[in-house]
Amino acid sequence: MTLLEVKDLDVGFDTPEGEVHAVNTLNFSLKAGDTLAIVGESGSGKTQTVMAIMGLLAENGHVSGQALFKDKDLLQMSSAELNNYRGRKIAMIFQDPMTSLNPYLSIEKQMTEVVIHHQKLSKSEARAHAVEMLRAVRIPDPERRIRQYPHEFSGGMRQRVMVAMGLLCEPDLLIADEPTTALDVTVQAQISHLMNALRLKSNTAIILITHDLGVVAGLCDRVLVMYAGEAVECGSVEQIYYQPKHPYTKGLLDSVPRLDQPEDKGLHSIPGNPPNLLSLPQGCKFRDRCPRAFAACTQQPPMHIDEGRHAYRCFLEEPV
Amino acid sequence: MTKSTDKPVLDPFEAALGVSDLKGRSPWEDAWHRLLKNRAAVYSAFIMAFMILIVLFGPMLISWESDFTDWDYTSAPPSVQSGHWFGTDAIGRDILVRTLEGGRISLLVGLVATIVSLLIGVSYGATAGYFGGAADRIMMRVVDIIYALPFMFFVILLMVVFGRNIVLIFVAIGAINWLDMARIVRGQTLSLKNMEFIEAARACGVGDWAIIRRHIIPNLLGVVIVYVTLTIPQVILIESFLSFLGLGVQEPMSSWGALVSDGAQDMESAPWTLMVPAVFLTVTLYCFNYIGDGLRDALDPKDRQ
Amino acid sequence: MNDRVLRVQDLAVHFKIREGGLMRAKIHTLRAVNGVSFDLNAGETLGIVGESGCGKSTLARAMLALIKPSRGRVLWLGEDLGKMDEETLRKKRQDLQIVFQDPLAALNPRMTVRDIIAEPLWTFFPKIARVQVDERVRGVMKMVGLLPNQINRYPHEFSGGQCQRIGIARALVLNPKLVVCDEPVSALDVSIQAQIINLLKDLQTKLNLSLVFIAHDLSVVRHISDRVMVMYLGRVMEISRRGNLYKKPLHPYTSALIKAVPVPDPQLAREVVETGLTGDMPSPLDLPAGCVFHGRCPYMVKRCELEVPALRRLENADWAACHRAEELDLTIGKTG
Repeated sequence: MTLLEVKDLDVGFDTPEGEVHAVNTLNFSLKAGDTLAIVGESGSGKTQTVMAIMGLLAENGHVSGQALFKDKDLLQMSSAELNNYRGRKIAMIFQDPMTSLNPYLSIEKQMTEVVIHHQKLSKSEARAHAVEMLRAVRIPDPERRIRQYPHEFSGGMRQRVMVAMGLLCEPDLLIADEPTTALDVTVQAQISHLMNALRLKSNTAIILITHDLGVVAGLCDRVLVMYAGEAVECGSVEQIYYQPKHPYTKGLLDSVPRLDQPEDKGLHSIPGNPPNLLSLPQGCKFRDRCPRAFAACTQQPPMHIDEGRHAYRCFLEEPV
Repeated sequence: MTKSTDKPVLDPFEAALGVSDLKGRSPWEDAWHRLLKNRAAVYSAFIMAFMILIVLFGPMLISWESDFTDWDYTSAPPSVQSGHWFGTDAIGRDILVRTLEGGRISLLVGLVATIVSLLIGVSYGATAGYFGGAADRIMMRVVDIIYALPFMFFVILLMVVFGRNIVLIFVAIGAINWLDMARIVRGQTLSLKNMEFIEAARACGVGDWAIIRRHIIPNLLGVVIVYVTLTIPQVILIESFLSFLGLGVQEPMSSWGALVSDGAQDMESAPWTLMVPAVFLTVTLYCFNYIGDGLRDALDPKDRQ
Repeated sequence: MNDRVLRVQDLAVHFKIREGGLMRAKIHTLRAVNGVSFDLNAGETLGIVGESGCGKSTLARAMLALIKPSRGRVLWLGEDLGKMDEETLRKKRQDLQIVFQDPLAALNPRMTVRDIIAEPLWTFFPKIARVQVDERVRGVMKMVGLLPNQINRYPHEFSGGQCQRIGIARALVLNPKLVVCDEPVSALDVSIQAQIINLLKDLQTKLNLSLVFIAHDLSVVRHISDRVMVMYLGRVMEISRRGNLYKKPLHPYTSALIKAVPVPDPQLAREVVETGLTGDMPSPLDLPAGCVFHGRCPYMVKRCELEVPALRRLENADWAACHRAEELDLTIGKTG
């Protein structure tokens, strides 16, 4: 059952320097219980995509296209309707746990507020539910800690609280925007492990936004690779990692330093700089940095779709 | 089948080595462009420019002298045929000329007192903020103490001791105003001090005074400029208040505050004597405020996505 | 390659933190760096790895005498940096440079690239001719991969990776002997990280620099380091040669760090390997007794709670601070 279907999503911003096209004609879909990773670097548009879907764009942003959540278009909803969905059916976790929690409210207040609003539970019921969730994310001594304030938690614990808050209302979809980027490696491992366990238990679909290809490999079923606001490759995690078709995907995979490979092999890197969204080249946006670029790349490359739903946007037909 | 050309990575790099230098776009230029887009600020700037011109040159173009008493038309309302377009005051002096000349004093006070407060405040605040520790504590305690002194008392004391002197007005106002500037500059310096480029400068062996000169002050200018444009109206208002109380400039010199004070006495019988200087004063204050707001938005954009 | 250039001896940096109100103020001591010792040889790269709170950034600054240590000393080419007078220390800074973590914040937004890179030149050679400065700046820009025609631009006109190159250029303009890189790639995109790491490696060989490369991730330092030092809560856990550390670490914390690095390979990643760590990192304000790591160590014994293990040289010439270093076999890939 298709949970979320995004069609021809376009996101732009009016800035004093001109129009910035953050996302260009993006299409993807997500089934219930699936985990999709949206991978990209700065300027790829990955964060703006979900901000647009959630109705959280900045004031100078505009969006067109469709985002069908269980066949209802989120982009056409009014603020009030969207509010009903946010937190309950679709939950979001942000990157920086330091700034995502209100420092003036206790954890209990922040967690129960969400549940009381959406599920109309009484205060004590909501509290019990919140404590259980904290226990599930392995916060020690949850009955006591729930009364504490965000600054009394470490970064990793705060992020776990965010995960707990996200899952409180048992949403159908959880969007996590770089949830582990600001965390230490060992804590990152814990959070990944946690998210994995939780999704298996509650069948929540997850959209994970990240630039960390290591985290994606352990957690996701499908991967969407974005560059300069466009989807350049989409497929199952095995297809992307073992048979990447787009030069950017391959370059990205090769750039990740890996512990399981010999160390004297030089680190591969993608030459050039991330795209400047104010002045994108004509045709394929990656061609200035692509080791395989040739004459035809001045035109917009078509999207190929292979067997097994492996899609990529490139003129090359043989594997990279 | 598809063909791909062999492109060595550094090729565009090597090719571009011979190209001439590109022009940079400094943060000041960016701010200037942003400012120009703010219509309120731009209009205010034009109005202020116009104001300064007529205040400086207007009285020379008007046939009446400011101390000329026209016995034919005392307390005369504005009329074209009398020649007094804005009317006269109780002893027949032309309101327009007096207002324009008063404007010279008011704007001059604004300018001079602000420059004084700028020079003292910035160096004091930057030094206290940068060196920190005991020096900072002592310096800011001094500021606190002076701040606590009742301003009016201080001014009256000066008047009593030195008589009513226009230079004294400048001194009095400047002496109070630099305190705020010092505090603001110190605050900014404190936050700048911890930025990594300051640390980088220290790591490169740059001396303290060079750091203050090259790194701290240029980055303070944004805040200082905004504060200056908001200080000028504040100073003008203080002077007006002093004059209103009778402590300001002495006859025959006048300022907007003194004119408002005189005009208030004849408010019912000759309202124009109050309205004309009041309008000039108000317009000036509004303009500086709009310019200040515009500068603040231009220099401190929070929505750089 | 065995001439020692830097020796750090029992370095400690303690901060006093005041907590509480007017009446019952409590003063805690934050032991950011708590007794660190190591050597660095000419032309060598030492990677320093640790998670947040381990004190690596503070150590970087203490190493370069940018902050005053509470204890211990730093010997550069045999001379104690802490005992030098201000002017002598200032002159030594030509040899000791640093590259910062946030590329944009490390550059004065109101200075052009030329001015930023030239500043060290003006500072130490105030009489130098403009033409010479210009030549040197352009030369250094080319060396770090920046187009010289960008010389009049301002930092905000560059990308993160390019800003970091400017920072590196500034560090190199005086021909230093030691460059400390404090998490130089953490704020950059993955594909750019690789560029900068490769650049630093090239520059080190070309200019025969001694490099200290600080990161929070073991995989990042692997490609560039000759030896790797692992820190935890202000202390050194292990210093081993690269070839050994990644195959057979000597300290349980190192082993946990290695296991925690996510592998970009779906099949390998599915075989979820537990790091073995229990609990959370304690606060640096409230350090545990004995070995700072004992509360989370899967191999802890009674002795670990009571006695602080010294950093000692083991048989294979690598160093570890663990009571059980000889008996544990932490070879990666072996279970149990």
